[in-house]
Amino acid sequence: MYNRTTSYRIFTVINYILLTLVSISCILPLVHILAVSFSGSAPANANLVTLIPIDFNTDAYAKTFNNPNFHRALLIGIERTLLGTVVSMVLLSLAAYALSKDSHGFRSRSFYTWFFLFTMLFSGGIVPSYMLIRNLHLMNTIWALVLPVAINVFNMVLMMNFFRAVPKDLEEAALLDGAGHFRTLILVYLPVSMPAIATISLFTMVSHWNSWFDGLLYISDYRKYPLSTFLQTIIVQQDFNKINADVNELQNISQRTVKAAQIFIGMLPIILVYPFLQRYFVKGIILGAVKE
Amino acid sequence: MLLPAVLITIIFSYVPMGGLVMAFQNFKPYDGIWGSKFVGLEHFRYLFEYPDSKQVIINTLVISSLKICFGLIVPFVFAILLNEVRKMFFKRIVQTLVYLPHFISWVILGAIISDMLNSNGLVNQTLQMFGIEPIFWLGEGNWFRFTLVVSDIWQNFGFNTIVFLAALAGVNPSLYEAAEVDGANRWKQTLYITIPSMIPIAVVVGTLSLGNILNGGFDQVFNLYNALVYDKGDIIDTFVYRTAILNGQYSFGTAVGMFKSVVGLIMILISYRLAYKFAGYRIF
Repeated sequence: MYNRTTSYRIFTVINYILLTLVSISCILPLVHILAVSFSGSAPANANLVTLIPIDFNTDAYAKTFNNPNFHRALLIGIERTLLGTVVSMVLLSLAAYALSKDSHGFRSRSFYTWFFLFTMLFSGGIVPSYMLIRNLHLMNTIWALVLPVAINVFNMVLMMNFFRAVPKDLEEAALLDGAGHFRTLILVYLPVSMPAIATISLFTMVSHWNSWFDGLLYISDYRKYPLSTFLQTIIVQQDFNKINADVNELQNISQRTVKAAQIFIGMLPIILVYPFLQRYFVKGIILGAVKE
Repeated sequence: MLLPAVLITIIFSYVPMGGLVMAFQNFKPYDGIWGSKFVGLEHFRYLFEYPDSKQVIINTLVISSLKICFGLIVPFVFAILLNEVRKMFFKRIVQTLVYLPHFISWVILGAIISDMLNSNGLVNQTLQMFGIEPIFWLGEGNWFRFTLVVSDIWQNFGFNTIVFLAALAGVNPSLYEAAEVDGANRWKQTLYITIPSMIPIAVVVGTLSLGNILNGGFDQVFNLYNALVYDKGDIIDTFVYRTAILNGQYSFGTAVGMFKSVVGLIMILISYRLAYKFAGYRIF
């Protein structure tokens, strides 16, 4: 198909080399931090570690897991992710089911569509949101991290599009057999759209696991920080005032290897779900982005 | 069945929009929204006169324009290069690796990047091997902007390539065959077939990203910046957080935030119109 000229061959070789370098650059920083986390403190502090651990050991991980503050933050992070995903998925599937009906069956459909879409375009910003959470007395509760982000309009539109692709015959059969809308949703729509549900759940989980700013904003008690917020204050801001750590613990936390271990644990879940996520998102993004 | 979602949206999205009244008041938490004094546009006047806030708007515009511009070019070129790869196995590995950083949060990336860009971190060590003086990446304003733009593109170019790859997959193969018969080599084919067929989608992506012109990337800036680079690196969102939440100037913060939201909304509506007009693109 292609003319095998010398210049094209040279281009191909250069292209492969370039793409390899670019790809390596995307994981190099992650490999580096992994190498640091498994190294001895002395070579790590002297900046001798590049991509392979020196004096391989797992002390940093042992110290990290012995730190009760880290432990607690990790559990809260997991709790937030699970609770947030469940709440979001329930709300999203209910709403997407209703919005997937055509305007015959559901007359104010386009009103509601715009009602949701508008929130993607315009928002009150952080100050009014912060005041709202304070006035609702949600400060320092996990609900402040779950409820405001429960409705992701983009995901809702994605799910709605998937629901629309469900064959109408299936739904009619269910309705004829006497199933109500709830049963139709649970017994017909959800099982058929499993790939969509899986994708959107994974997206939601990733975003909950990664979010840190709402924790900083809505939670003032460091003992209630989810992991991302904890890492943000300890590792990025290096604000040790927020956790009343004793001298021993401070020394541990500020060790470079321990920091690296904490960073790595922070991204571990993402790396674990990534293979599953990747299978779906390309399709999902294109569906959401270049839809006719 | 819509009710729960509607309620949540009203409470957490529409009620805060009502809270924008604060921007026109001298809001005191003790007096509440109803008791605070009305001051009209005073905070907005302040926004355009106060040198700090002017600087913040300029920073945001500079940083986000650079990000939008290079954030468009890099995936565009990358998609073309990747499209030339015939070995599916290699292509898939490259794609898997370059998409990954997009999913890792700026808390993690910020920590890794500031560790690597440290005065004797990995990057400066490498530079020194080539006899280059260490660079103060995160402590000097212009280098800080450079770091922001490069690391943002590094994080997202792979993911943004997806759209272009989809456009390339849609090109009619008979165009290439015809060109081949006419004696066009691969470079000529790229120039006259591949690139023109990607232009419409590039126009759409570019125009739509104008809606984000006042978003400098809060997560990224907040996790990388420090007081040394406030003059060149502070953006609207980080400024709002510091003035409003940390210093308690709620009304001024709200006004700045509102300015951003309104400009953003106008930009989105205009760019959406443009994208529709020039590329026939509609989302809904």
